[in-house]
Amino acid sequence: MSTRTPERAALPPPESPEAGRRRSVVLRGVLARWGLRGTAILYLGLMIALPTFAVIVHGFSDGLQSLRDALAAPGAREAIRLTLVLGAVTAIVNVIFGTLVAYVLVRYEFPGRSWLSTIVDIPFAIPTLVTGVMLRALYGPNSPIGSFLEGHGIKVIFAQSGILLALLFVTLPLVVRTVQPVLLEIDETEEEAARVLGATRWYTFRRVVLPKLRAGIAAGGLLAFARAIGEFGAVVIVSGNIVGRTLTAPVLIFQLASQFKPEEAAAIATVLFGISFVLVLVTERLVRGKAPA
Amino acid sequence: MHWGFIAIALLYVGILVLAPLVGIAWVAIQAGWSTIATTLRQPDVVHAFYLTAVITLITVAVTSVFGVIVAVVITRDRFPGRPLMSAFVDLPLAVSPVIVGLMAAVLFGRGGWFEPWFSSHGIQILFAVPSMVLVTIFICIPFVIREVVPVLKELGVTEEEAARTLGASSLQTFFRVTLRNIRWGLLYGVALSTARAIGEIGAVLIVSGAITGKTETATLIILRFFDQYQDAQGYIVAITLALVSILLLVAIETFKRRQERMRQT
Repeated sequence: MSTRTPERAALPPPESPEAGRRRSVVLRGVLARWGLRGTAILYLGLMIALPTFAVIVHGFSDGLQSLRDALAAPGAREAIRLTLVLGAVTAIVNVIFGTLVAYVLVRYEFPGRSWLSTIVDIPFAIPTLVTGVMLRALYGPNSPIGSFLEGHGIKVIFAQSGILLALLFVTLPLVVRTVQPVLLEIDETEEEAARVLGATRWYTFRRVVLPKLRAGIAAGGLLAFARAIGEFGAVVIVSGNIVGRTLTAPVLIFQLASQFKPEEAAAIATVLFGISFVLVLVTERLVRGKAPA
Repeated sequence: MHWGFIAIALLYVGILVLAPLVGIAWVAIQAGWSTIATTLRQPDVVHAFYLTAVITLITVAVTSVFGVIVAVVITRDRFPGRPLMSAFVDLPLAVSPVIVGLMAAVLFGRGGWFEPWFSSHGIQILFAVPSMVLVTIFICIPFVIREVVPVLKELGVTEEEAARTLGASSLQTFFRVTLRNIRWGLLYGVALSTARAIGEIGAVLIVSGAITGKTETATLIILRFFDQYQDAQGYIVAITLALVSILLLVAIETFKRRQERMRQT
């Protein structure tokens, strides 16, 4: 995910109003402009627009019948419900802790701060399947921690809590890196003024910082949710894919596709994809829409 | 209060993110060096790594070159429908990888939109490497673009204009000025795409058929090992990928910091 800052309040605008209207040198010349523009349109059109359209058309090729058939499959409804619930829990938990981590990274100086920042980015670099494998190594029935927990009746691997851990892992940087730039822009002097006037740190956070953070936090949470409901690699190896208990929607889509039921798979996929896409669009508006203080 | 917050943050990240890394290292080492060596020398494992490398290379090359072109067009060109282009760029981030695999199946599978043309020419897309490359490209499209666009936006056209007035051609301007200015953002995007391409499983699982020795990537072979109860080998290949990812992470962090430093000047 990009960690770009939405607005750079610190930098002066690099162009005068007239300069903004001038074309870039690189695009000078009709041939260059249309050549580049055409390439970009072809690239995105063929690689993204076309496949998306194809799946949506396929999903609705039978009208809503494909969707009804898909939902009638054993465990389908539970899978969708589980996916949405786990996605929501993931988003909420990581919004709380992710915001905390972002706050700590931005406002505090302490030894190991850059290490913390790097560790937060680990989920961006690690393959999702390897994430699942790591969780299995740590909490699986054959591991010391796993067998200890199972002795107390807590099952992590091949249970919903394992899925949750996997989802929390992969979405943490999304929240932290979405909230962090917003925090960076908030003027610290307002917080300092509040402290000087006698407010506790918690009160300051609640009344001064949080209102400004709302858009960033919402964006982070929505991104985490969208990501979580689509997660496959980590989930497939950690959950055991038990129908009705730990089967999630993405795994269900995969199973339907492998069973050569592409219409049903596409129907559920379209629903899932629709939710995610709308969320990402809303997030973009939230992140871009807020004006610097 | 400070130390409480810091402690909670460190604890959360430590337990959630660090502990699993330690766990897998421990399990892999427990397997013993001889198992590690034999596993990594197995022909199917070697082929899997090779295939992952090839797919990643092609993906990163394509998404970088076309990504820069799209970034230039998005930031410097003005035409109706430009915001739509931006939305499309972000689309792969919203899509579950299994859905991407499904897209390829719908387009190139039996009865698919393009299947007749390709099979009449004897070219196999699905259950072969081409489809694996295509889906990985789809998934990696946003990374370079999203990192280069803000840099281009901030830089503005003044430097490019200056080069132009000094007599540089468009091509010279692009390579000597634009490309040089976006280099850290570009490298950051490249590193992110590389990591994502190496780690791809969902889409590749659907389109590849996971044919051992032909269409099995590193991630797919891990999945097969666990399916076949060869856990130890699965852990070994997994930790190899994890090590590669950590190296990539170092690159990612370096490029990210260079880019941030550059944007502050």
